[in-house]
Amino acid sequence: MGYQLSFNQIWRNFDKLTNGVILSLELAVIAILIGALIGLALAVIYVSSGRVVRAIISSYVEFIRNVPLLLLVYLAFYGLPTVVNLAYDASTSFIATLSLYAGAYLVEVFRSGLEAVPKGLLDAGKAMGLTPWQRLLYVRLPTMTRITLPALSNTFISLFKDTSIASVIAVPELTWGAQWINNRTFRIVEVYAVTTVMYLVTGYAILFGLRLLERRFRVER
Amino acid sequence: MSATPLLQIARLTKSFGSNQVLKSVDLDVTAGEVVTVIGPSGGGKTTLLRCVNFLEAYDGGSIKIDGREVGYVDNAGGRKRGEVDLAAMRAETGMVFQSFNLFPHLTAEQNVMLGLQRVRKKPLKEAQEIARHWLDRVGLAHKTKSLPYELSGGQQQRVGIARAVAMDPKILLLDEITSALDPELVNEVLDVVRKLATDGMTMLIVTHEIAFARDASHRIIFMTDGSVSAHGKPDELMAQVASNERLRNFLSRFSAATH
Ligand SMILES: Nc1ncnc2c1ncn2[C@@H]1O[C@H](COP(=O)(O)OP(=O)(O)O)[C@@H](O)[C@H]1O
Ligand SMILES: [Mg+2]
Repeated sequence: MGYQLSFNQIWRNFDKLTNGVILSLELAVIAILIGALIGLALAVIYVSSGRVVRAIISSYVEFIRNVPLLLLVYLAFYGLPTVVNLAYDASTSFIATLSLYAGAYLVEVFRSGLEAVPKGLLDAGKAMGLTPWQRLLYVRLPTMTRITLPALSNTFISLFKDTSIASVIAVPELTWGAQWINNRTFRIVEVYAVTTVMYLVTGYAILFGLRLLERRFRVER
Repeated sequence: MSATPLLQIARLTKSFGSNQVLKSVDLDVTAGEVVTVIGPSGGGKTTLLRCVNFLEAYDGGSIKIDGREVGYVDNAGGRKRGEVDLAAMRAETGMVFQSFNLFPHLTAEQNVMLGLQRVRKKPLKEAQEIARHWLDRVGLAHKTKSLPYELSGGQQQRVGIARAVAMDPKILLLDEITSALDPELVNEVLDVVRKLATDGMTMLIVTHEIAFARDASHRIIFMTDGSVSAHGKPDELMAQVASNERLRNFLSRFSAATH
């Protein structure tokens, strides 16, 4: 005797998983976009500000980095609405949380990218009469992409995996889909095996695409 | 021809912390003149050039281009000009760097076009025409679409020169532009500078190429330890070798190059 593997039930409910993986990707894409905006803006402010502003930005980064994401998700979804009168659905709450989370990590990525731009290039920009904004736009940002793209890719892969945490507030992403099937079929091994493969395959596909993109944008020196 | 000099540097001082790098430097450059600065390394030549376009803020004395104080609203150490005003002033001087400093993500042509479009506000077509004209002038008409890493050091530096000259600056600052080059690439770059001199470009040049300094410049400044130790027309300066020991010592290291 023993446990008989059977995938029939999984395939029958497979749309829960395919819809889930699509939603996971959507959540990760939105979070990396908003997170990159937050990260870039704060990094630019950081490198051009004094001690006080830097300390404020650092405390945001430190707070997010030292509190488990799961807790942040709970805080935002259950905690916040009881304090302030704010109604939002689980997906919105999760996107906001994951974006702030990504932003904190990306501040560091962009800050070190901005500081890694060779001083000689900034001198060249100054010498030709570019204003500080123009130097940022035409010299600093484009030359730092080579440095920051790999870290951005890695962050995106992490975020994609982190979307599984949204299942705890019933956002129907991939892990939630797996739980849904498991609760009805009790095919725990099969459903999580298939789900794992889906995370792996999707993750590797993203990584492959991003590495191609990195190569396309790499600037030799 | 005794109009007011284009560039007037008077009693210029500059310190990095407790290290006084420029100790009262006086130097005038008239429009159309080529002035070369030579001297042992660490003497403050780079710092002098970087003060002229305010990449470094000076502490005392005065630098004027066309009668306008560089970097400061009134005088050294006082209120600095705003960033937009500073940028506009810097656009009046061109600089070529020892390490080329080409923007690595832009082609040769785009490197030249950036300032034309963003600072001079030229439309794309015109910027491209000017860029191609100058790349042609420095012998790189066939490399307009190359990225910096695809070019040799000599070619990169010629793009650097084109990028500076295309902006039509009042004065061009060249800081040891051949020092990072393999010896066989030095002349292709110096030839470009000679052509610019012939065309009447005003230049302030720091170089270790003594032979070039002698035959390409109107005047030579010999700088040691942050001050001008000797100056004059090339043959006047050479005539001071007997009386100026530091100049003699300095030049003796280049005797192979000068004969
Ligand atoms: N940014 C800087 N900070 C501190 N010291 C500097 C800096 N730039 C140059 N110096 C110092 O100023 C002196 C003159 O340097 P520099 O102008 O580069 O001389 P040169 O170009 O004649 O070799 C040197 O002692 C150098 O160490
Ligand atoms: Mg130097």
